Amino acid sequence: MKYALLIHESEEVFAVRQDPAKAPAYWGAYTAFGQALTEAGVMTGGAGLQPPATATSLRKVQGKNAIQDGPFADTKEQLAGFYLIEVVDLDAAMEWAERCPAIEYGGSVEVRPLLVM
Amino acid sequence: MVHSLIDRSAREAYGRLVALLTARTRDVEAAEDALQEAFLAALEQWPLVGVPRQPEAWLMAVARRRWLDRTRKESRMDRYSDFEAHFDAMESETSRGMDLPDDRLELMMICAHPVLESSLHAPLILQTVLGMTADQVASVFLTSPAGMAQRLVRAKRKIKLAGLRFELPGHEQLEARLGALLDAVYAAFGAAWDDWTGADGQRRLATEAEMLCAAMAGRLPEHPEVLGLWALMKYHEARYAARRAADGSFVPLDEQDVSRWNAGMIEEAETLVRRAAAALKSSGRLGRYALEAAIQSAHVTNRLNGSRDSAGIYRLYEALVRVAPSRGVRVAHAAAAAEAVGAETGLRLLEAVGDGGERPYQPFYALRAELLYRLGRYPEAQLDYDRAIALSTDEAVRGYLRGRKKR
Repeated sequence: MKYALLIHESEEVFAVRQDPAKAPAYWGAYTAFGQALTEAGVMTGGAGLQPPATATSLRKVQGKNAIQDGPFADTKEQLAGFYLIEVVDLDAAMEWAERCPAIEYGGSVEVRPLLVM
Repeated sequence: MVHSLIDRSAREAYGRLVALLTARTRDVEAAEDALQEAFLAALEQWPLVGVPRQPEAWLMAVARRRWLDRTRKESRMDRYSDFEAHFDAMESETSRGMDLPDDRLELMMICAHPVLESSLHAPLILQTVLGMTADQVASVFLTSPAGMAQRLVRAKRKIKLAGLRFELPGHEQLEARLGALLDAVYAAFGAAWDDWTGADGQRRLATEAEMLCAAMAGRLPEHPEVLGLWALMKYHEARYAARRAADGSFVPLDEQDVSRWNAGMIEEAETLVRRAAAALKSSGRLGRYALEAAIQSAHVTNRLNGSRDSAGIYRLYEALVRVAPSRGVRVAHAAAAAEAVGAETGLRLLEAVGDGGERPYQPFYALRAELLYRLGRYPEAQLDYDRAIALSTDEAVRGYLRGRKKR
């Protein structure tokens, strides 16, 4: 089955990316995780995202397109990136989620099955 | 006659058939619907053509056809070709007189999967394996039927769409999930038990719960908790008749006529307790059900030998309250302390449990009334007896408490 691992991180973790002392370890961990996914032959796609401050949201309000600076929900954690994987079942997907660096950094990984088209 | 046969097949086969259909599809809802239709077909046809030689295989064959019709209608062809092969293999086995495989443990394990909200684990097990309706499940867990139905449906959707693994988990996970399984089985047993006046259907639920525990013991040999729960249920069943006097009034354990106990069943329970104790020595994990069974064993031994080893029972409760500090266990612990140490100690422990506040707890008042009485605090005891009587749902228990109050 195909799953998305949706990675959510707090503002502090997004800041780690800009911190010269901590950034190498952060990127190193994600690179290693991505390599492990690739070597196991389960990765089918994915991307890291720029911080939420760079986001623009669009929706229709009273019949007109309204643009909002930033993501819609102002929550403590924001989407930081995602992986698309193909594994036998949810249990296997959860095992990969547990290895995701976001967990070590205090973030969360949402595991969602993809719609079958 | 045919109806009672269908009913018996239903109870015995239901969980096994849901498990078999779910094993390949993970679609609990479709399995339940298909079975429902199979039972309806049985109700129509068996009275006319007679009961088939293998009722379970017949139900399975009809359920499978209904399931395939439905799947064909709503999904892609490629998904069910391997299910068909699987069912064909199963059917040829059953036509040779072999038993259908028992996947109920796997089904229960998927219901207790950590990706599902933990408060739904036991309700899901009761519905999928024992075929209880959402209303019945809601009444066992004291929640609203509509809310329960909705949450069960949502959980089943997740099992189907999120692709949960349908197989026994590894040792660590298995141990983690087993508690929910045992709690569900005991809850079903308790639901049947509470309803003393209840119809045969309710009594059968108790029997079914015990059979399910036996099946679990077959799949997980010498597990102290499984054996403990099995023994616990046997102790209750063995004393079933003795709990009521001829006039229907309630008889507490220490006043029961032991000649009305089912001696064979007591012996079976004792054997299971010994097996649980032996299993504990090798696995070493002391749990709730092994302890509760040991407590029942001690009570039974005391009654049969005319002894009063209240200190031994209190020690077991000391251990139980550490592993499973539920309100019921803490009240029972206070009662054991009252017997072994004294009414004052019992009362002190009981007061620490609390009266339940907005949801007043009957056993709290019933025990406090007794302890206050023993301490000579009669007016307070009378007040608590009145509260306990008001909180009792069973008329026989109310009658018993009125008798205590009048002493």
